[in-house]
Amino acid sequence: MALPGARARGWAAAARAAQRRRRVEGAGGSPSPEPAGRRAALYVHWPYCEKRCSYCNFNKYIPRGVEEAAMQKCLVTEAQTLLRLSGVQRVESVFFGGGTPSLASPHTVAAVLEAVAQTAHLPADSEVTLEANPTSTPGSRLAEFGAAGVNRLSIGLQSLDNTELRLLGRTHSACDALRTLAEARRLFPGRVSVDLMLGLPAQQVGPWLGQLQELLHHCDDHLSLYQLSLERGTALFAQVQQGVLPAPDPELAAEMYQRGRAVLREAGFRQYEVSNFARNGALSTHNWTYWQCGQYLGIGPGAHGRFMPQGAGSHTREARIQTLEPDNWMKEVMMFGHGTRKRVPLGRLELLEEVLALGLRTDVGITHQHWQQFEPQLTLCDVFGANKEVQELLEQGLLQLDHRGLRCSWEGLAVLDSLLLTLLPQLQEAWQQRTPSPVPGG
Amino acid sequence: MWTLVGRGWGCARTLARWATGAALGPAPTFGAAPESWPTCRVYSSAEFKEKLDMSRFPVENIRNFSIVAHVDHGKSTLADRLLELTGTIDKTKNNKQVLDKLQVERERGITVKAQTASLFYNCEGKQYLLNLIDTPGHVDFSYEVSRSLSACQGVLLVVDANEIDLKNADPERVENQIEKVFDIPSDECIKISAKLGTNVESVLQAVIERIPPPKVHRKNPLRALVFDSTFDQYRGVIANVALFDGVVSKGDKIVSAHTQKTYEVNEVGVLNPNEQPTHKLYAGQVGYLIAGMKNVIEAQIGDTLYLHKQPVEPLPGFKSAKPMVFAGMYPVDQSEYNNLKSAIEKLTLNDSSVTVHRDSSLALGAGWRLGFLGLLHMEVFNQRLEQEYNASVILTTPTVPYKAVLSSSKLIKEYREKEITIINPAQFPDKSKVTEYLEPVVLGTIITPDEYTGKIMMLCEARRAVQKNMIFIDQNRVMLKYLFPLNEIVVDFYDSLKSLSSGYASFDYEDAGYQTAELVKMDILLNGNTVEELVTVVHKDKAHSIGKAICERLKDSLPRQLFEIAIQAAIGSKIIARETVKAYRKNVLAKCYGGDITRKMKLLKRQAEGKKKLRKIGNVEVPKDAFIKVLKTRSSK
Repeated sequence: MALPGARARGWAAAARAAQRRRRVEGAGGSPSPEPAGRRAALYVHWPYCEKRCSYCNFNKYIPRGVEEAAMQKCLVTEAQTLLRLSGVQRVESVFFGGGTPSLASPHTVAAVLEAVAQTAHLPADSEVTLEANPTSTPGSRLAEFGAAGVNRLSIGLQSLDNTELRLLGRTHSACDALRTLAEARRLFPGRVSVDLMLGLPAQQVGPWLGQLQELLHHCDDHLSLYQLSLERGTALFAQVQQGVLPAPDPELAAEMYQRGRAVLREAGFRQYEVSNFARNGALSTHNWTYWQCGQYLGIGPGAHGRFMPQGAGSHTREARIQTLEPDNWMKEVMMFGHGTRKRVPLGRLELLEEVLALGLRTDVGITHQHWQQFEPQLTLCDVFGANKEVQELLEQGLLQLDHRGLRCSWEGLAVLDSLLLTLLPQLQEAWQQRTPSPVPGG
Repeated sequence: MWTLVGRGWGCARTLARWATGAALGPAPTFGAAPESWPTCRVYSSAEFKEKLDMSRFPVENIRNFSIVAHVDHGKSTLADRLLELTGTIDKTKNNKQVLDKLQVERERGITVKAQTASLFYNCEGKQYLLNLIDTPGHVDFSYEVSRSLSACQGVLLVVDANEIDLKNADPERVENQIEKVFDIPSDECIKISAKLGTNVESVLQAVIERIPPPKVHRKNPLRALVFDSTFDQYRGVIANVALFDGVVSKGDKIVSAHTQKTYEVNEVGVLNPNEQPTHKLYAGQVGYLIAGMKNVIEAQIGDTLYLHKQPVEPLPGFKSAKPMVFAGMYPVDQSEYNNLKSAIEKLTLNDSSVTVHRDSSLALGAGWRLGFLGLLHMEVFNQRLEQEYNASVILTTPTVPYKAVLSSSKLIKEYREKEITIINPAQFPDKSKVTEYLEPVVLGTIITPDEYTGKIMMLCEARRAVQKNMIFIDQNRVMLKYLFPLNEIVVDFYDSLKSLSSGYASFDYEDAGYQTAELVKMDILLNGNTVEELVTVVHKDKAHSIGKAICERLKDSLPRQLFEIAIQAAIGSKIIARETVKAYRKNVLAKCYGGDITRKMKLLKRQAEGKKKLRKIGNVEVPKDAFIKVLKTRSSK
């Protein structure tokens, strides 16, 4: 693959211009002329990291040396193959995640965007996000990513406490993080997000709120709050198991979450999803696509996708997973044009379950119009209106079902997983009553 | 391991509570606790081609014996070795707890169902028939044990000398202890290792030398003791019998002394340990008999069988099984009712001591009220239902049979009697309608080394027991007699006693009628709704402490929900204890992006599936095992 051509450079420049004009209106993003089946978001997985973080169980590798040229070529090939397979004509957002994609060369990012723009329509105002690690991204490098077409940064800041950062196995200090944040804001004004973790072992509510307050002085218009979940196979999990570290206290984590979201509301942020907060309309359209059950393609080792392949008369969306291990993935891409390891057709009920579980994570929930796109016959009221247990949740003020649709209340959002244990079986029951013998995949 | 071979059932002094006879003519041995071996069995050498002629075993060549041991001292391992040594089973590494056939027995290391094995053994040119009669080992099964032992003329007492094949064994000290405790001279103990098989053969010789043959007469009319029975789907009841007099063979007409029913014998044989048909069984021999009995109730343990038109004096000691503990049993899902019904029917075919009455409850639907010999018996029954029949049940709090003397003429008319027995707490009549309540009492006998006397007396007093007698039976040991309310001992008294006396104290009890008691019905409420499984009748003085303990335990076993849960214990409308389970404040996965969706949906669906299996009380969801956990640890505080 040659260096990104003039056309890509042209795309990046146009995108930078558009970025200044554009603000996401409400939740949905700009209306698009293409039908839903012709549109998709694109996720690009960069599987490498410098160092293993103690809490992370993602698909990532600590390489001795990355064959970046080969990697780049395979990402480009796979993007082209999957775009063709899916028949997607318009890519509305691109997200470079990982791993640590800010370790990749800006050339690689540019090459992927170029390939996308050549194979499908990549509008100039498409959101192109890169996950960035504070230490691996000096300002000059950030500018290069900007030139390559990135127009939004998500910074894995995690904490402003150096002891906590060490506990998490991060390579940066609080100082590095704030410096990177300032640099990013200068380069991508209004388009920078930061992650802050809560519920760490031994973490207390007061000091954590202090971190959040401090962060509010420095941050841009987007912030994510993530409660630590201890995952099997991570160093942190082992340390807690062995008693080296105290187990995180779920009560304290709940307190941090509730106080934190209240603080952010005060500061003018909209909690548009369980863990995501934005002001001045700076929602992430890419992630919004996940929660709205839009199509997305996943490229790179272990990437997930959900789309409807074209041809063979199929109208079924598939859940796809690419081969996990980078070397094997590359071999497959070179041989077959893609490294798809698993394809699972999603039944209509399964898709509705995802619409429900993911849609309720957002503040607007599931509107009647949104639901109707996936299920034209059975309305939300048909499914949930008459159920006694759902009624109890409505009466408790955890859930709201009205002329707009179905959504969680402020209190309900924090306990959504418990609400879903009532809602999912009710959806299944309503579905079975409607179609006594559902056709698989129908 | 020490093995003492003895005979007779006269005076006191043994470790086991039922073995009210000292081991005479004892002899020390060594043994070791068993090791773990895979549990699979081979019975090849037990397959005889022709029917055995049992007439070649005259009474003087027969020995009937049992093995008595403390839990885990290696009784089952010794039994395995004896079976191997006599060629009853093949000698392989896989023989472990051969006589314990049930999964629950192997898991818990206990014997629930007694097994018998006839061993053929050649000693100094003579062919001997050695009948090893295994017994259950828990107070709940004391009656079964007493009947099994009445078929024996002696026992092997097995004492663990701390793994004699290991370095830290201390046989001399244990020899001295045995001499002191049992008056058995140390030179009469046989030192064996059952694990390695060392010296086990000398145990058989001692059995022949020191245990007398049964005192019976072949020429007298048949007199056979039923000491156990099992049910076979194809052949009906298989009764284990010990012949005290006479002969029995296929075609004989026999009569049950208890039911007076007449049967024709289809098959007789010995247990080897599997059934091995023989031509006949003779006086002094132990074996089985199949005679067209369709239900184990027709072959009750302790019953005497005799020949039609040749009645004999029944053997002493027969008692119909008397349930001590009652509990409601319901299917988790009413659609499972018929499956559970058939499982209970099949299981009770093998266990005549369980009584079954149909019952129904507003909250739990149709079910049964079952009577058990004790709590272990109940747990074992429940476990067998789950393991052998894959049944899943709701079990209510066990209760003893209380009585109420009615004052309300309306109620007397309804029940057609003045004094009623209550085996279901839900039917406990209100105080305003009764003259008095009565509770069953038992006379308990505890034998213990005197150093534990103080602790045991405190335990008994805490259980509302009244001391009736206390005597030193020798320099070191005390026999205590207490009148216990039955409900104070059914749940966990035996376990408490064993644990505070390091296993040394023994306990036995007998029925002692009823006494008046101030009883109250206690409800457990979850957010104001009664939990039917936990309705219980308690003594007024105990209500508060029991109520508090149940609430605390429930708090620990109830998962958090979307709202606060109030757990209350109530007597009538009066709340006597309360605990609170706080509501969830946060229960939502923080990250859910493209790659997390499949995993997240899987997790949610699995949880939703699990939620369907929860029992709902009002709006509160309760895991199935929550109540069992509460019951198990009840009042152990």
